[in-house]
Amino acid sequence: MEPVIPIIILALPLTMFLVLGLFGHKMSHPLAGVLGTAGMGVTMVLAYITAFTYFFSGNPEFIDADAHTRLQSIIFNVDWLAFTDSLVLRLGFLLDPISALLLVVITTISFMVHLYSNGYMRDHHGVWEKGFQRFYAFLSLFSFSMLGLVVATNIFQMYIFWELVGASSYLLIGFYYTKPSAVSASKKAFIVTRFADLGFLLGILVLSAYTGTFNFTDFTSTEVAEGVYRVSEGTAEGIRAMIQNSAAPMFMGASVLTWALVLIFMGGMGKSAMMPLHIWLPDAMEGPTPVSALIHAATMVVAGVYLVARLFPLYLMEEAALNIIVVVGALTALYAAMVACTQIDIKRVLAFSTISQIAFMMVSLGVARPEFHHGLGYMASMFHLFTHAMFKALLFLCAGALIHAIGSNDYTAMHGLRKHMPITHITFLIGCLAIAGIIPFAGFFSKDEILTATMGHSMLWYVWMSLVAGLTAFYMFRLYYLIFWWKEHKVPEGHHAPHDQPWTMTLPLVILAVVSCFAGFVPFGNLVTWNGEEMFDSVSFFTNFKALDWSVASISLAVAVVAILIATAMYKKENPLPAKMKNALPALWRWCHHRFYWDELYMFITHKIIFGCISKPIAWFDRHIVDGTMDGIAYVVQRSSYAIRSLQSGNIQRYVWVYLIGALLLGAVTAICLM
Amino acid sequence: MFSNILIYFVIIPLLMLAGFALCRNDKQIRAVAVIGSTILIAMSVWLLVDYLALRQAGETAEMLFTGSWEWFGPLNICLAVGVDGVSIAMILLSSIIVFAGSFASWKIDDARHFFMWLLLLSTGVFGFFISIDLFTMFMFYEVALIPMYLLIGVWGTGRKEYSAMKLTLMLMGGSAFLMLSLIGIYYHSAPEGGQLTWNILEIAKNDAISQGWQYFLFPMCFVGFGVLGAMFPFHTWSPDGHACAPTAVSMLHAGVLMKLGGYGCFRVAMYLMPQAANDLAWIFLILTGISVVYGAFSACVQTDLKYINAYSSVSHCGMVLFAILMINTTAMTGAIMQMLSHGLMTALFFALIGMIYGRTHTRDIRLMGGLMKIMPFLGVGYVIAGMASLGLPGLSGFVAEMTIFVGSFEAGMKDFLAGAGSLRLVFTVIACASIVITAVYILRVVGKLLFGPVQDEHHLQLTDATWWERLSVITLVVSVAAIGCFPNFFESLIKFTFSPELFRAIGL
Repeated sequence: MEPVIPIIILALPLTMFLVLGLFGHKMSHPLAGVLGTAGMGVTMVLAYITAFTYFFSGNPEFIDADAHTRLQSIIFNVDWLAFTDSLVLRLGFLLDPISALLLVVITTISFMVHLYSNGYMRDHHGVWEKGFQRFYAFLSLFSFSMLGLVVATNIFQMYIFWELVGASSYLLIGFYYTKPSAVSASKKAFIVTRFADLGFLLGILVLSAYTGTFNFTDFTSTEVAEGVYRVSEGTAEGIRAMIQNSAAPMFMGASVLTWALVLIFMGGMGKSAMMPLHIWLPDAMEGPTPVSALIHAATMVVAGVYLVARLFPLYLMEEAALNIIVVVGALTALYAAMVACTQIDIKRVLAFSTISQIAFMMVSLGVARPEFHHGLGYMASMFHLFTHAMFKALLFLCAGALIHAIGSNDYTAMHGLRKHMPITHITFLIGCLAIAGIIPFAGFFSKDEILTATMGHSMLWYVWMSLVAGLTAFYMFRLYYLIFWWKEHKVPEGHHAPHDQPWTMTLPLVILAVVSCFAGFVPFGNLVTWNGEEMFDSVSFFTNFKALDWSVASISLAVAVVAILIATAMYKKENPLPAKMKNALPALWRWCHHRFYWDELYMFITHKIIFGCISKPIAWFDRHIVDGTMDGIAYVVQRSSYAIRSLQSGNIQRYVWVYLIGALLLGAVTAICLM
Repeated sequence: MFSNILIYFVIIPLLMLAGFALCRNDKQIRAVAVIGSTILIAMSVWLLVDYLALRQAGETAEMLFTGSWEWFGPLNICLAVGVDGVSIAMILLSSIIVFAGSFASWKIDDARHFFMWLLLLSTGVFGFFISIDLFTMFMFYEVALIPMYLLIGVWGTGRKEYSAMKLTLMLMGGSAFLMLSLIGIYYHSAPEGGQLTWNILEIAKNDAISQGWQYFLFPMCFVGFGVLGAMFPFHTWSPDGHACAPTAVSMLHAGVLMKLGGYGCFRVAMYLMPQAANDLAWIFLILTGISVVYGAFSACVQTDLKYINAYSSVSHCGMVLFAILMINTTAMTGAIMQMLSHGLMTALFFALIGMIYGRTHTRDIRLMGGLMKIMPFLGVGYVIAGMASLGLPGLSGFVAEMTIFVGSFEAGMKDFLAGAGSLRLVFTVIACASIVITAVYILRVVGKLLFGPVQDEHHLQLTDATWWERLSVITLVVSVAAIGCFPNFFESLIKFTFSPELFRAIGL
């Protein structure tokens, strides 16, 4: 493939960032909005062309038609920084199933958000939000960074863009920079993910120091033609053998490769908000809602999943690393789902739901094994990443529409909106059905694949994840009923009743709702698998439907329906059931409501321990001990000069006395010595 | 003598000095400063291009543009000059900062004398970077240090006399060690009966310093330069000195003068005494490793903007010495990159702090807030400087730090696998941890100073940057971004110096 289109895909958002960032304040608001949106629209079209070419052109660069295997193809790769002869940091464009998939996801959601923000970023009277141009500049920066991240050809390029998405997330969370809560949320997000990135960096250093390369293809694939690679277990085995044959294959009881992979996964935990590094994500909801939809629901937060998927053949080599991923994912999924049941702020419910759903993807990757249905878990994880991006962005954009109409984030201020905002109501309901896993909406298929893969691995995690899936359906419908049902609030006099939004906001909702209805039918098994091999011989619209394992599907469907029924019973109308539940399990409710006190724990660690017990003593030590010593030396010198100053008094009589005494003493000493 | 381009890096500042003496008003002084510093930048770019062309043509000598003119025969003291990629990088850095500094001190009181002392300081700096004769090098080093006393003592703020005295005395203390070690090197510069010399290249070629003498001279030399490089525990002049210095002096001092320390450490200490450098590196690795985290932690709780930056400089400059001590091509290249990067971004920081202080008349972050709304240009500049400091890709800090980490880890791994202890590895991991602490203190300042509600209503009347301030900031931001976006150019310029064939320490 000619590198022109891929280059434009990356260059266009970057150009938009520079143009809007440098000259945005001189532009009119509509111009900046249109420019940003158009730029993203073109990028989206180009990304679609690229993905379409990759998946369907049948070009030998992209697919080995005889073996029915999709290949990895390096479109371009430019040297950027040569650390050593072999460790060269390159900036390139790797096209393979998952990067093509992510190109589509990112550009689609990003374009929807760009379009939506044209309506969202002004109030009911059409007055533009302050810093509107800056907002679009940052959105473009984010899109550029995220695209750069997914097409990375080597792990260090991924780290570069990993940091850049972190910074753009920081800038966007803190968009309302005069608001102290937004400022501290952005700071928290950056520092928590930075801490995780330290692990990522160390992992990269360990891995590259042993293998002498950064390239993904060197870790996971064999070259079949120039610039074209095929994922093979053999290469990953080779890497493992290389580390085992080195002088120190073990470190503190675990193999070096396990260490490297776990450290790299730590970076993924930070970005993907896995427990215990999840605390930044709920606070990140301080940013404008379209940003939450783009960054904190659909794209950036799945970077951790993407990272593990990218290195999946390596992870396959180390059972221990995969098990850690499963445990972390499963715990996070349950935790986040429980917390989501008790939150009041609708964006926070969605945030915890995001954490929980990403944990599903992680678990799915962790249980994936090539022996079981061609690594079904891997495919399911990527499938869920895709469907989740669509319906979660939809839910967030609906939440944005609600917040825009009501002016508050709490469901207590909403209630009964289904009559006033019919479009938002329907689209939100579709989103809820999709995430709850009701047939035939998108989430049903992807979640079902995940549960099947989990069952193939272990019964315990299957039951566990099914329970979480039930909780998901429950809290989503709780939210749905609390927003759209119940008795509506009286509109105060002189105010408009809440109403649906302008077309710029409605259109993305409708598009995403349609996608959420049908995304489940995409025959993912033939597009994205861990080693590129196609799962089915032939595909049709009903491939996924036919491939369902009904023993799993019927159970998960039943769980979801029961959960929805419970939610209906408890929340459709105002009734005493929720209060009874709360009183029956007061401790559990309190812990969930306070998010298991993780934030308090972190506050204690950062403020009391790091600031109070490390930084302050060090600063004191520096001023009083280290600097005190220097001042002390100066003081001693000064004092001693004062002390001997009187010797040079200029008093002749004293000089004579000293002279005489000295002479006598000298004479005496000489005399004694001579005797 | 005058056919050598390097000499003009000393002559032009001196001519500018004379020019200031002749000027009649501030306008003329500014004109001289701007013209002179522009010529300096142009010359350094020319030098860079010329140097690269020569290297392209296959020139493999260690130093190019060499020249040597006898100055004092009996002791064989010469004015010997010569440059390699590292010195060129440093010369480029110095000229950029002198340029930006001239604009940053546009409205200073008593401009004539201020600029005269500033240019004397610059003469010393340029002279130091072009010299390859230990004696003239040391002389220029002192020329660069002394004007600092007056610049801080006269044009400073706060406890300026105390700080000026402290800074000068501590650096002079370092110089005393340094002089001893340089004289020591001189007396062992040639094998028995040979002609003693101060010329670095000849000393290196003779390789006559015995191991015992290396063990004695290396620590003195490293500490002597290390004081200027803000090495723990000899760094305490830095916070006080910076806090009281006027803007341009802080810029030049943190941006360039502290680099003299790092440059000296590798050009003299590591290069001439590789054996001792290798054997005794562990002592200084521990000290510089401490510097890196210690400076960062201290910066977390400071409330004065300049103190925060001074401690952050301790951390970043600690990284420079730390990386030099790894004795590894990649890490040492990273060290020089870090010098460039730190020089530019810290100059940017001090320029911005000076501009903010000039408006709000306070540097206490507790008394300020929400300045982004009032002075967006300075605010954005500060955020960019902060992002460079915490290592955002695309700006200079990232490439420098990553090169250091990759190189140090490689060196540490080599030690570890060879069973030579894990000190390097452990300290590399500790140094890596500083990226998190850096993020903490940078974001803390940015959050308090620029974001949030406006703290003081009087600040609402303040104005944004003037054109000369903008020019100063833009120059530095562009330089920081240039290094961050095109690192390979700079790294390959520097790396040649550290090839095992040329750099004796690495060839061990």
